[in-house]
Amino acid sequence: MNKPPLLEALGLNVCYGASHVLRGVDFRVAPGETVSVLGRNGMGKTTLLRTLMGLVAPKSGEIRLGGVSIVGWRASAIARAGVGFVPEGRGIFPNLTVEENLVFAARPGANGRRDWTREALFDLFPRLAERRGAWGDQLSGGEQQMLTIGRALMSNPSLLLVDEATEGLAPLARDDIWRTLGLIAGRGVAIVIVDKNLDDLKALCRRHVILVKGQIVFEGTADGLVAQDEFVRSQLGL
Amino acid sequence: MSLILVQILNGLQYGLLLFLAASGLTLVFGILGVINLAHGSFYMLGAYAALTLTARFGDIFVALAAGVPLAFLFGAAIEWLFIRHLYKRDHLQQVLVTFALILMFDEAQQTLWGNYPESIPTPSYLSSSISLTSDLGYPVYRIALMTICVLLAIAMMFVIQRTRFGRLVRAAESNPEMVEALGFDSRILFRIVFAAGVAMAAAAGILAAPVESAYPGIGDRVLITSFVVVVIGGIGSIRGAFLGSLLIGLVDAFGKVFVPKFASVLIYALMAIVLVLRPSGLFGRQ
Ligand SMILES: Nc1ncnc2c1ncn2[C@@H]1O[C@H](COP(=O)(O)OP(=O)(O)O)[C@@H](O)[C@H]1O
Ligand SMILES: [Mg+2]
Repeated sequence: MNKPPLLEALGLNVCYGASHVLRGVDFRVAPGETVSVLGRNGMGKTTLLRTLMGLVAPKSGEIRLGGVSIVGWRASAIARAGVGFVPEGRGIFPNLTVEENLVFAARPGANGRRDWTREALFDLFPRLAERRGAWGDQLSGGEQQMLTIGRALMSNPSLLLVDEATEGLAPLARDDIWRTLGLIAGRGVAIVIVDKNLDDLKALCRRHVILVKGQIVFEGTADGLVAQDEFVRSQLGL
Repeated sequence: MSLILVQILNGLQYGLLLFLAASGLTLVFGILGVINLAHGSFYMLGAYAALTLTARFGDIFVALAAGVPLAFLFGAAIEWLFIRHLYKRDHLQQVLVTFALILMFDEAQQTLWGNYPESIPTPSYLSSSISLTSDLGYPVYRIALMTICVLLAIAMMFVIQRTRFGRLVRAAESNPEMVEALGFDSRILFRIVFAAGVAMAAAAGILAAPVESAYPGIGDRVLITSFVVVVIGGIGSIRGAFLGSLLIGLVDAFGKVFVPKFASVLIYALMAIVLVLRPSGLFGRQ
């Protein structure tokens, strides 16, 4: 928390037409930090990630990446500034091969380094190496999710936004995803992750945020979550 | 026998030209999400450009070499002026604006070139015929035309299947937002795709000009038939557009000979059959 933030959102308000979906959200991510965003369906988690990515324009508020305001930037510019995106529903390109999907956004990171290469990712996901010639939509759900994560990493981001990456996957495939995310975090990539599996999130993330109807009602560590267990469970509908 | 051979060649020639025109339409619809009624106008402008450019340079191939880059720049300008404002709008607004473009282009055509059909010379060195059988010849220019169309089609498929740019195009066809979120400015991609579509349609119009001549409304049939190609082939699919165009070309050519009374409705019947069997077209995604 002492490091200057990598990403900082202040007073974010987002509306879809008449519905006010994010209400004055303040959100911060330090370099290399892992943050979870929790909340029931429809509370604005996806909207928050999409706004940070530049895919949704906030009505008001400020977003800074590395100290630079990125409000009004195109998503492509934000991506090139070092934000990797793993969207809800995966967004694999079905008519590109696994390898084409993977190398799609290959580029050095904002710091000029290429830590993640095709070879590094094939090492990380041997299954994708085996299936490199298959079309994107021929993969299983778990493989597609690996591919989405790998595709985002190939741009060597300093921040990875991950939306419901384990949704709809079998337990084994989920474990794979969690292990991989842990490894990525261990390499110093900051991660903001939306997910439903509280225990896995506690293991992965240093900090947790709960969104209720577009407002942050809790912000704290895993210990904090445990300390306020009853409140947390009621807010998450557990 | 020779009649069948000629109809096959005529059908292929029509189909190949149609493919050049329809490929742009299907990409613009599939990637940009825009229904462009003015697409046939670019074919028409190509034919008239052939008239002016051959008059100046004397040769249809010089006209092609000069006309295609001009058409690309023209397309980029049209995209910047009009089309880019339509990406987030509904189809009704797209149809209205692109219909207005048709009126504009028709007006420009009448002012610049007048109301009468104009013929465009075939280069003298290609004006002969080759004999296919003992009693049947086929114009050499048409063979050259088909060869160029095939080369352009191969080049286009190579670019789409094998290059980095083609990868972007294919990705944008399935998920343009994700392309943007991975760091590629879709404004530039869309402009290039639209301009390339205009250039291909104009190339078809230029190449066809010595065979069809140039006349007002020449783009209308191309537009309607291209939409049929897009529906048959599947929105956004270049392979589908290729197969659909050749199918339509052959059905049209044989229909005119064997069932002349029904020839004009045959391609729509073909479209209906494809739609029943595969509602999203031959290569369309569900
Ligand atoms: N594109 C959209 N247009 C209109 N309303 C939307 C749109 N996307 C999401 N919403 C609404 O905004 C609210 C928050 O949605 P979302 O951010 O997807 O929530 P979560 O990811 O937490 O489930 C929901 O009420 C949802 O119906
Ligand atoms: Mg969501």
